[in-house]
Amino acid sequence: MVVGASAAGLAATETLRREGYDGTLTLVGDEPHPPYDRPPLSKQFLTGQWDTEQLALRTGADLDALGLDLRLGVAATGLDPATRSVRLSDGSTVSYDGLVIATGVRPRRLPGKDTHVLRSLDDALALRDRLGPGRRLVVVGAGFLGAEAAATAVGLGTDVTLLEPAPVLLAHVVGAEVGQVLSRAHLERGVELRTGVTVSEVTGTGVLLTDGEVVEGDAVLIAVGSRPNTEWLAGSGLAAEAGVACDAYCEAAPGIYAAGDVARWYNPLFATSMRIEHRMNAAEQGMAAARNLLAAPEARRPFGPVPYFWSDQYDIRIQAYGYLRGHDEVAVVQGDLAERHFVVAYRKDDRLTGVLGVGVTPKVLRSWRQALAAGTPWHEVVANETCTPPSAVCTATVPTR
Amino acid sequence: MHVEVELDEPKCVAAGQCVVAAPEVFDQREEDGVAVLLDDRPGPDLLDGVKEAAALCPAAAIRLVER
Repeated sequence: MVVGASAAGLAATETLRREGYDGTLTLVGDEPHPPYDRPPLSKQFLTGQWDTEQLALRTGADLDALGLDLRLGVAATGLDPATRSVRLSDGSTVSYDGLVIATGVRPRRLPGKDTHVLRSLDDALALRDRLGPGRRLVVVGAGFLGAEAAATAVGLGTDVTLLEPAPVLLAHVVGAEVGQVLSRAHLERGVELRTGVTVSEVTGTGVLLTDGEVVEGDAVLIAVGSRPNTEWLAGSGLAAEAGVACDAYCEAAPGIYAAGDVARWYNPLFATSMRIEHRMNAAEQGMAAARNLLAAPEARRPFGPVPYFWSDQYDIRIQAYGYLRGHDEVAVVQGDLAERHFVVAYRKDDRLTGVLGVGVTPKVLRSWRQALAAGTPWHEVVANETCTPPSAVCTATVPTR
Repeated sequence: MHVEVELDEPKCVAAGQCVVAAPEVFDQREEDGVAVLLDDRPGPDLLDGVKEAAALCPAAAIRLVER
């Protein structure tokens, strides 16, 4: 049984079939739609360039071929590991031999009036109706989602105000230097970017800041992060306060695995526990969890990926590998930030833990990915003594092992 | 019966996972990283890698069709 019918849940179901499981396979999803892709919701789908059909992760025929007991529009409401059963919102109970939890996350909201968030297809449809020339959109939170939505909205002619409590957008993830590159891009396109401001509540006409100022808009999008959908696991005995806690095999309890945005697992490559809300991880972890669920105990494999994410804002495509959060140092190792062709590397302790590239060739990025996968020490790839951050170019050698 | 690989190029986000999974079948364009199909009818020995690539693709841009 797989609970959650988005990218991770779908990857898990497909993998179970591909690896030879031919028994009953129940896939439960709380949304009414068949599995669809979320990254385009802030980009091609929000512009109206793509329709619902293009969002579909699989064709109807491909889904049919999986031979699923597919239950859409139904949420899981409880788990009882003792009887190996999951309770559903339609009152039914499904028993399982093995379970993959892939219930994802939902947007955090702010106090005050209910307003737009952007997580689901329906969210995107509602927001898309509010964009265009003569409309004013206030985006609260300049993380990747907020920044992408702002870029899309301004591209459609919307007047956009982007509010961010931090001094530099995305600095806690990508570092202040790359954050400034992105800030400049938004300002160039006419986004009114205001950093260092905190929103206390959503009002009928916009948002109220903590200093009492009102920022007015016709629509307000809240993009201040998300929280894992784990409430349904209350009383199950699983540790799920900050995501479903799993070991390196993505196992949360005997016969119960978790994957995707909801899973917090121990990544042996980085020797730390992490929960990653990236599209690529959903697919990779869904596959890994399903394989380990089917495997004999001694054949299971730890899940130690090099995380990957991308973000499109205007003509800038950011691509990043590794685990960037909590880095100790950022160094420009190739190119020029101002030219928007560069690779920056991230250090944590004495190790290369991440790279981020804009406008560089795929071969360059793949070689850095290999360096990350090999757990390369920082001093082997970045000659620190030539580097005076934030803007100077360091010399770097990408190992070819 | 053989397997044909379909690549939905406009959907590709240039993540490059397909090249890692099946380098004999996929490459990436130098200028923008968009995937390029090197072999749309891969032989049986390459199929595992191609299936992996299709499953991993974060844009769902790779589809395998049995013909």
